Parts: sequence; structure tokens; C-alpha cells
Amino acid sequence: MLKLTALTVAYDDTPVFSDVAVDFHAGAITGIIGPNGAGKSTMIKAALGLIKATGTVTFNDRPIKDSRKNVAYVEQRKELDLTFPASVLDVVLTGTYANLGLFKSPGKAEKAASLNALHQVDLTAFTHRQIGQLSGGQLQRVFVARAIVQDADLIILDEPFVGIDVQSEAAIMTILKAWRDAGKTIIVVHHDLNKVFDYFDELVIVNRGIVAAGPTRQVYTAPNIAKAFSQDLATVLFEPEVTA
Amino acid sequence: MTTLTDFVAALGKYDFLQSALITAIMVGVMSGIVGSFIILRGMSLMGDAISHAVLPGVAVAYMLGINVLLGASVFGILAAMLIGFVASRSKIKTDTSIGIVFSAFYALGFILISLAESATNLHHILFGNILAVSDSDIMTTAVVLGLVVVFVVVFYKELFITSFDETFARTYGLPAQVVHYALMLVLTLVTVSSLQTVGIILVVAMLITPAATAFLWTDRLHVMLVLAAVIGAVAATAGLYLSFTFNWASGPAIVLVAAALFGLSFVASPKQGFLRRRVTQ
Repeated sequence: MLKLTALTVAYDDTPVFSDVAVDFHAGAITGIIGPNGAGKSTMIKAALGLIKATGTVTFNDRPIKDSRKNVAYVEQRKELDLTFPASVLDVVLTGTYANLGLFKSPGKAEKAASLNALHQVDLTAFTHRQIGQLSGGQLQRVFVARAIVQDADLIILDEPFVGIDVQSEAAIMTILKAWRDAGKTIIVVHHDLNKVFDYFDELVIVNRGIVAAGPTRQVYTAPNIAKAFSQDLATVLFEPEVTA
Repeated sequence: MTTLTDFVAALGKYDFLQSALITAIMVGVMSGIVGSFIILRGMSLMGDAISHAVLPGVAVAYMLGINVLLGASVFGILAAMLIGFVASRSKIKTDTSIGIVFSAFYALGFILISLAESATNLHHILFGNILAVSDSDIMTTAVVLGLVVVFVVVFYKELFITSFDETFARTYGLPAQVVHYALMLVLTLVTVSSLQTVGIILVVAMLITPAATAFLWTDRLHVMLVLAAVIGAVAATAGLYLSFTFNWASGPAIVLVAAALFGLSFVASPKQGFLRRRVTQ
């Protein structure tokens, strides 16, 4: 379980959010939703120690910084330079780096694990392609393959389904569900509200703080959506159910 | 006009020319390797800045009679840290911070050099004077080349991941900032070694142009590193030949050859596809 306690992030003394307390449970896929600028990605980055924050973050009751090698983080693809001279296999192999430590290069075992991961995401045919030659969906599957290689217990994906094809989205969801069933903690920052029931066991709704958190059925309600987004959106999303 | 055979004959005859060639090749190789990481990390401007910012270090080393590498390294790293400090502690963007810091260091270097040495030496520092390479210069360059190769081979995966996906590296606890400053230190050492060959003003060309040329020909990092080293060495050799033949300054001659190789690659490389697109249109 990933536990955030009194987590506060501020840029230039302007708080993005303060005193956030929320639990992300093992054996569940938890979605984080909220309007643009709500602090979804910031919360994840703060939890992982990638940006300055105060508060406490633990994973399985140990400080997160002691669990760094047990975390797989798939950030938004727009952050990456896709002209970089790296093949699909090169990228997946970086998933083995954390456990190799300094001075050691990936060997046969690491290469075999990476090829196996590429097979799982159905990208074997693309092993030696330069990463910029892939479609958005294929590229996202490469990063999921890297997470497979990492074999982490905490997996966090930031907007993994933006700009990708439906087959890739389904393939990734299948892997996330398999991880969930294996007892891992899965967190997905997400923007498509239509899929929340299909994809997430639990939901955290944020808007510069936690609006609501818990099982999706209990949390995904018109009042919470109105509070986090707008009354108009809540009306549009929930009206058909009210009239049915 | 001196022909290639004359150049080869002169190489056999004059020790200073042999020393010049060996040094130029070593500088070409190390610049290509380090330059590859500089361009992939989007730090070309930073490379330019550090190469200029070592000038006060060179002057101070002359004044105190200490090793030039030591003086330059201190100022190179100081500049890199100051650039990072100003950019991270203010609303000023990194390129602006680079512009402020490196021009200030460069200006300070000019004044210190003019206080410490004659104008001739300043000219050599700015534009290189490869035909006056001493045995100790060759040794220093060889040591720096060795350091560069060991650094890149030993820390290849750390350099790869921090160049490609720094956030990922930080999530598993790799100190990306340490890798950054280690690379800045290596960059400083390469810059100082290049002073004699191409001079401070043109060091950045040796860092960037062969690496950018190699980038046009390959999609794999390790191939790019080897290719950039080879292109750097070829540019150095051909440049030295032109310098010897036409009595051009060695630095500009080497840099022009590197630029010509880039131009050819820009037109002909399959990755760039400039020629292919023209043909198929």
C-alpha cells in the first residue's frame, strides 16, 4: 500500500495542494481523476520524490525512498525525446538498470527478460526499431514492457492512454489487471471519465487536494464530480442515469 | 602547393607535425564522444558556455604556475553550478542564465589573461596553436582521452538513461545531478585539452559538429559514439593537412572540415533523407 500523509507541495510559496492524506491499496487499480491543473501529476511526482514536497510517503510501511527499486513509473510520453538514438530493446533494457547497480551492464539474463516483456506486449517484431518510428500506442506498450522488466510492486502510469489506439489501450489494461490480481499496487492518472467504472477498482478525485477517495462505485458520484470539475459536467455525466 | 605526399613526407621528417597530428586526432576522438552526450542532452549552448568559462581558470593557472587542467576544471564546474543555481533559484530561464554566467566568466578571463600573459598567448588560447604542441601537452591530452573513454565505458548505462529519460533514472534513485556534474567536469577537461588544437572559441564546434554528423547516420547510441569519434579524428587530420598546406590557422581549418562533413551528411544521410526526398519528388 502506498500511503501519503500530510503531503504538501508549493511553487514559490503558492501551494498546489496541502496536507493531502490518501491510501492506494495493493491488489487494486486506483484511478486519479481531476480537472486540468488539479495537481494529479504533481501529486504523483511529489510522492515519488521527484519534486520538492513536505509530508510522509510510505510504501508497505517503509519510507518510499527505501523502495525506489520497487517502483515502476511510466510518465507522460510528451516528456521524452523520440529522436534519441535508442532501439525499442535499449529502452526496455533500462528497466533492468536499477537492480544492476553501478559498473554492471545488462547481460544475457537481462536481455532475455526484456525480449520476453516485448513478447508480452506483442512488440517482438519491433525489437530493433528506433523508438521514434513507433506509433503512440506501440510506444506506450514499450514503456509497459519496461515496467514488466522492473517487476516492481508499485506501478504508476501518468495518462497512459492519451493518443493511443484502442488495441494498445486494451492490451495495457489486460496487463494492469494481471498485475492487480498478483497483488501489486497500480495507480493510473486518467482523464477519460467514461472509463472509470471499467478500469478502476478505486478512485481518487483531486482538485488541488483530495475531493474524494475510495471504491469507484462510492466515489464516482454527481456531487463529487460537481465539486471537483463543475456542476455542468456532473449534470451531463449523471443525467441519463437519473432519468433511467 | 603541398600535396598529400609532401604532407606525409613532412610528417616523417618533423616531430612537431607528428605531435600536432597525434594531439589533433586525440582531441577529435574525445570531443566526438563527449559531444555526443552534449547534443543528445540538448546542452549545446552549455557546451559553448563551459568552453568559454574556463578562460579565467587558464589565466589563474598561468599566474600561479599550477596545472592548467586544475585551474580550468575549477572554473568550468563553478560556471556549471552557477548556471544551475541562477536558473533554479529565479524565474530566469536556463539559456539566459548561461548567457549571463559564461559571458561574465569569459570577460574576467580576458582581463586576467591580459594581466598574466602577452597578447600572442591570448591569440593562441582563443584560436589554437597546434604546431607548438609540447610533449607534456601530448601526455595531458592522452590522459584526458583515457579518462573520457573510461568514464563513458564504465558509466555508459548511467549516461544513457540520464540523457534519454532522466525522470526514470531519478525514480530508481540514480543521482542524476551527480552524473550531470561529472559530465560537466569531463567536458571541462576536454575543453582544456582542445585549447591547443582549436582554441577556446571553436571548441564547441568540435564538440557539436562531429557528434551531430554521426547522429545523422545512426539510430544507436554506441554506434553514434564510435562514429562521432571517427569523424572528429578525420576532421582533425584533414584540417591539419589543410592548415599545413595553406598556412591556415589549425583550429578554423579543422572546424571547417568538420562542418563540410556535416554538410555532406545533411544532404546524403538516409536518416536525414534530404537527397532521397529531392530525388523522389
